[in-house]
Amino acid sequence: MNESANRARDIITGYNGRPLRIMEVCGTHTHEIFRIGLRKLLPPQIDLISGPGCPVCVTAVGFIDEAIWLALEKGCMICTFGDLIRVPGTEMSLAGARSRGGEIRPVYSPLDAVALAKDNPDKQVVFLAVGFETTTPSACLAAKQAKEAGLTNFSLLTANKTMPNAYQALVGSADAFLYPGHVNAITGNATCIKLCEEQGVSGVVAGFTASELLTALAVTIRLLEKGEPFFRNCYPRVVKDEGNPAAIRMMNEVMEPCDSEWRGLGLIAGSGMKLRAEYAAYDARLKFDMPVITGKPNPACRCGDVLQGKIRPCDCKVFGKVCTPLHPVGACMVSDEGACAAYYQYAL
Amino acid sequence: MSEKTVTLAHGAGGTQTNELIDSVFKAHFANPMFTGDDAAVLPPISGKIATSTDGFIVSPWKFPGGNIGKLSICGTVNDLSCMGAKPLYLTCAFVIEEGFPMDALEEIAAAMEKTAAEAGVRIVAGDTKVAGRGQCDGVFITTTGIGEIMPQAQTSGTLAKPGDAIIVTGDVGRHGCTILLARDDYGIESDVDSDCAPLWSAVETLYQVTDEIHVIRDATRGGVGTVLYEIAGQSSVGMQIQAASVPVDPRVRGVCGMLGLDPLYLACEGRLVIIAPQQHADAIVSALRSGKYTQNAAIIGTVTAENAGKVIMETEIGAQTILPQPKGELLPRIC
Repeated sequence: MNESANRARDIITGYNGRPLRIMEVCGTHTHEIFRIGLRKLLPPQIDLISGPGCPVCVTAVGFIDEAIWLALEKGCMICTFGDLIRVPGTEMSLAGARSRGGEIRPVYSPLDAVALAKDNPDKQVVFLAVGFETTTPSACLAAKQAKEAGLTNFSLLTANKTMPNAYQALVGSADAFLYPGHVNAITGNATCIKLCEEQGVSGVVAGFTASELLTALAVTIRLLEKGEPFFRNCYPRVVKDEGNPAAIRMMNEVMEPCDSEWRGLGLIAGSGMKLRAEYAAYDARLKFDMPVITGKPNPACRCGDVLQGKIRPCDCKVFGKVCTPLHPVGACMVSDEGACAAYYQYAL
Repeated sequence: MSEKTVTLAHGAGGTQTNELIDSVFKAHFANPMFTGDDAAVLPPISGKIATSTDGFIVSPWKFPGGNIGKLSICGTVNDLSCMGAKPLYLTCAFVIEEGFPMDALEEIAAAMEKTAAEAGVRIVAGDTKVAGRGQCDGVFITTTGIGEIMPQAQTSGTLAKPGDAIIVTGDVGRHGCTILLARDDYGIESDVDSDCAPLWSAVETLYQVTDEIHVIRDATRGGVGTVLYEIAGQSSVGMQIQAASVPVDPRVRGVCGMLGLDPLYLACEGRLVIIAPQQHADAIVSALRSGKYTQNAAIIGTVTAENAGKVIMETEIGAQTILPQPKGELLPRIC
């Protein structure tokens, strides 16, 4: 570690002020914080809460049910980021659908799904578009490429989410946020600055290496001690105030805001993205005339409370007993970025 | 390049089978022991015998740093070496898919010849079967080896003792990373190559330093992390490792960073995990560092009495955390 990281560590470990609740919003932060053992260094007054920033974890049960309906009722080839395959739906996961003959393909990029559609003209290929501002531009690019290529066998099942309105739902659940560096790299910092100026919500943008995380946390602690609302960009090598205008343009060209259901947080107005009318032909819900499908989460699962920082994963009755990474009951146990999976793997 | 391919007739036992054996296998595997009869006849061995068998189905069959042929020799040679056994003889069985290019088979056999010569083993018997198109993928190879255990060697996963040093013989995760990229699923370009190598000479080096070698394991499937968990379980000890001491090639670290993988759980095909008393550790590492395939050998941690069955990692920020256990099969068909 470099000298500034050492200094940051000393600030964190030496803190002995009032209790602080700090929420890392981003799933990748959660994963890295566990990997480097940062929680082990924290004094008892500092509570790090894992927020709703893992796209797999916040995906509603009904979305999985919709994907399964497309796979089993409509015979679509479902292309998805691998993590989603094991997320429980109301009756089964996509892995369950696969064992019942559904065609479920893990892909690494939405563009891989477009390529599969080109290679399989006799199949209807549906890409499960989940994720935040970080992944949504590539889903938009896929829709655009499919349209330009005149593909009639490719569509998106969208559950894309955006952070600004989600922050509103989280206001009050922590003293400060560690903002997701990769999201801010796209969106810029305006939302976070506004939250600070208009509502007194504090936070810093954090990077992802051990020293970046230590620095962001130390800055947060020092500024919380001062007591004034603050915003700082502690990831300036990647995050610019204006964000990535090209990616934002791409998103706004293909998609528009909509209401979106978040696992645990419920329906948040204007927190999602859906395809614009010009891209209706690539919207799987319209294309396959999908009925309204509402999922029913397992009542024993408390992922929702975990995602809002109301409980720790180990406070959930099924955690580690019925719900394990091999047999997940809730989404937070599936993804490597999920708080429950992290608590379980690191035996906390 | 010839356009010739392997056909079902090559596996039917007639003239064409003989042609295949003569032109490819005998040409490369010729040695006084290579049998033309039903079984190879070998001279008596004085010490204890180690034997091991391993199947190889890696996809793609060729990758930077090696091919399935080289891998099939290294895999079995290294398994024998881990028991302190000098590899002497190998047999090999091929299952070849109809339509597999003859040139490719030639390339595989040539790699086997070269690697066997380097490892000091003789290929003494073999078998060839041809499977119909789609019934196997390219070529599968099984090798079985016989080695003579050095009288002083006594190693087992059950023998790790608290206080022992944990040593790896080089940077970790190269083979798994190479195969991942060779499949081209990720669109990542990197010139990382497999660490695939025969390691008998490395084991010989260990015993030149001391006879007190408690455990030798080759960190193949599941990588160094999996091997450490296995030994921790078998010996009922804890494994304490320092993240900063684990050698990782920067290219491998970069790829793993992008894909969210831990190099400790990626396969190696030319790396040993060695557990030996602390007082010999420095001498072992310095001896290994003059070896061809072990120049980056390093002490990565210590065996502990506490935390039995667990691998504890001291992270780059100085915190101690459990190394998460590997989940399910990350990468199919890496060896």
